[in-house]
Amino acid sequence: MAGYFSNIQETVTSIFEGMSITFSHFVRRPYTVQYPDRIPIPIQDTLPFRYRGILEVDLEICTGCLACERACPIDCIVIEAKKDKQTKAMMLNRFDIDIAKCMYCGLCSEPCPTGSIHHTSQFEGADYSLESMLRRFVKTPVAAYKPSKGPETDPEIVPFLDRGLRYLDDFAKPGGSSEPGEADAS
Amino acid sequence: MKDLVLSLIAEGGALAGVPFSLAAPLVMVAFGALVVFGFVLPIAGITSWLERRVWARIQSRIGPNRVGPQGFLQWLADGLKNLLKEDIIPSAADKWLFSLAPYLVVVGFIATFAAVPFTSSLIIADLNIGILYITAVTGIVVVGVLMAGWSSNNKWSLLGGIRSAAQIVSYEIPAGLSVFPIVLLTGTLSMQGIIRAQGWAPWDWFFFYNPFTFAAFFVFFVAALAEGNRTPFDIPEAESELVAGFCTEYSGMRYLLFFLEEWGNLYVIGAIVTTLFLGGWQVPAFTDNPMLLAVAQFGTFFLKAYFFVFVAMWVRATLPRVRVDQLMTVCWKYMVPIAIVNMLGTAAWMLFVPETLGRLVQFGMTGLGAVVVVVFFRRVRFHLRRANLKPSDYYYSPII
Repeated sequence: MAGYFSNIQETVTSIFEGMSITFSHFVRRPYTVQYPDRIPIPIQDTLPFRYRGILEVDLEICTGCLACERACPIDCIVIEAKKDKQTKAMMLNRFDIDIAKCMYCGLCSEPCPTGSIHHTSQFEGADYSLESMLRRFVKTPVAAYKPSKGPETDPEIVPFLDRGLRYLDDFAKPGGSSEPGEADAS
Repeated sequence: MKDLVLSLIAEGGALAGVPFSLAAPLVMVAFGALVVFGFVLPIAGITSWLERRVWARIQSRIGPNRVGPQGFLQWLADGLKNLLKEDIIPSAADKWLFSLAPYLVVVGFIATFAAVPFTSSLIIADLNIGILYITAVTGIVVVGVLMAGWSSNNKWSLLGGIRSAAQIVSYEIPAGLSVFPIVLLTGTLSMQGIIRAQGWAPWDWFFFYNPFTFAAFFVFFVAALAEGNRTPFDIPEAESELVAGFCTEYSGMRYLLFFLEEWGNLYVIGAIVTTLFLGGWQVPAFTDNPMLLAVAQFGTFFLKAYFFVFVAMWVRATLPRVRVDQLMTVCWKYMVPIAIVNMLGTAAWMLFVPETLGRLVQFGMTGLGAVVVVVFFRRVRFHLRRANLKPSDYYYSPII
């Protein structure tokens, strides 16, 4: 009989306590991030520098060494580089990345000597056709980048190279750059 | 209602010349349709949206906030979607019973609105057996649910239907017994009569009349939740074990009708609780303008009733589902004896407690209620402090 009344008392007090806990959640801020349209800053800006998004190539500093093409385990990178007979310069005729095949492993950006091929923080790649997933970076044949002996002086190339080397350095560090918001959103 | 019909068919009325036997059903159907389409359906729909918002906030989510301002039109979008969906009837189902069942469920709940008061003058039919009528027509719901469970020809549906039948039949007993103390006190079964026996002040409500009616309120509210298949008593449609229970095989609008009943029934529960225990539409006589007074009464009644709709949502977000045997234990071993004690206690109270002492007890109970509320909010503050929140973690606005 004592158990009977203690059951009632326990029910009432535990429900009272539970209701007060749930009520206290009414004045707490919801955790939901309303991606993609109702967020204070674009989600891409909150990602770390080495976030592995869609691949991008800075043709200005690509040496045409084909290291990335060889590194790619699923052959989603196709490069055509030929030496021009007259100017003796390496010409890039084709640099295609099939984003539909890419598995974002990052093996291509590791051997790149200049940090030309790198992941961006973009990840919204949805499209209506497979063809549009094929990114063609070379529209018209261009000369590959030829590293200079001393420090780079061309003011148009310096920012690209700085960024690329920082990308590589960052990878060499064990923890990487843990600060978010440094990613290049371009 | 009869006076209204008589005034309409009198000389110069809108229905002048129409015989009473024709005019009365016409007016009643028109008024019923007005209540159903102008009040019941929007209330059920808005409740569905509000429930999702309230539930979401308790779980630190946001809930539907895209359709219309703050997602307010979500219920219209959901209703439209379900209207346009294909209405599938399984080939092995009993076609007639399967089609009929949702309508019985909805009829059982909409019919209660005939005796649910809105203001002192606005009520479809102030039956002299109002509360008995409501208890009776709510019983039709169990027929519909059992019919749905049986005719679906599906094991989950059948189990859900049978569980629901057992549950509703059981919980009607404590619910009915909890109405008795009020009926004893007022000597009437009429909804308006019960409200008129109370006052606008909390100490004049039957909620605080004596300890027995205080307990009867909780027994009635819990039993009403169980009758309405609400969590923590939603074992007939327990998702984790029975898929969707008796509505597993339903789709489209028929499926939505079951949920219309569930959400609309919340308001009915709130309205009955308000009528029986919380003074209904009673407001202080602050004005002579009957129109203004009616608006104040309607607002008071609606707010009180809707507060219990909110409590039902809140309970749903708090308590886990009970097991079938626990459900029956709660009903037969705890609520029925308590309800009987409440009834006998109230009868003894009326016989033996003098009026002055009863008056003192009313004030004392009201003070006790206030203390419980204060303790409750102190517990809420305690839990907030224990969570060690940053100032930016507090968010008081319902808008997000």
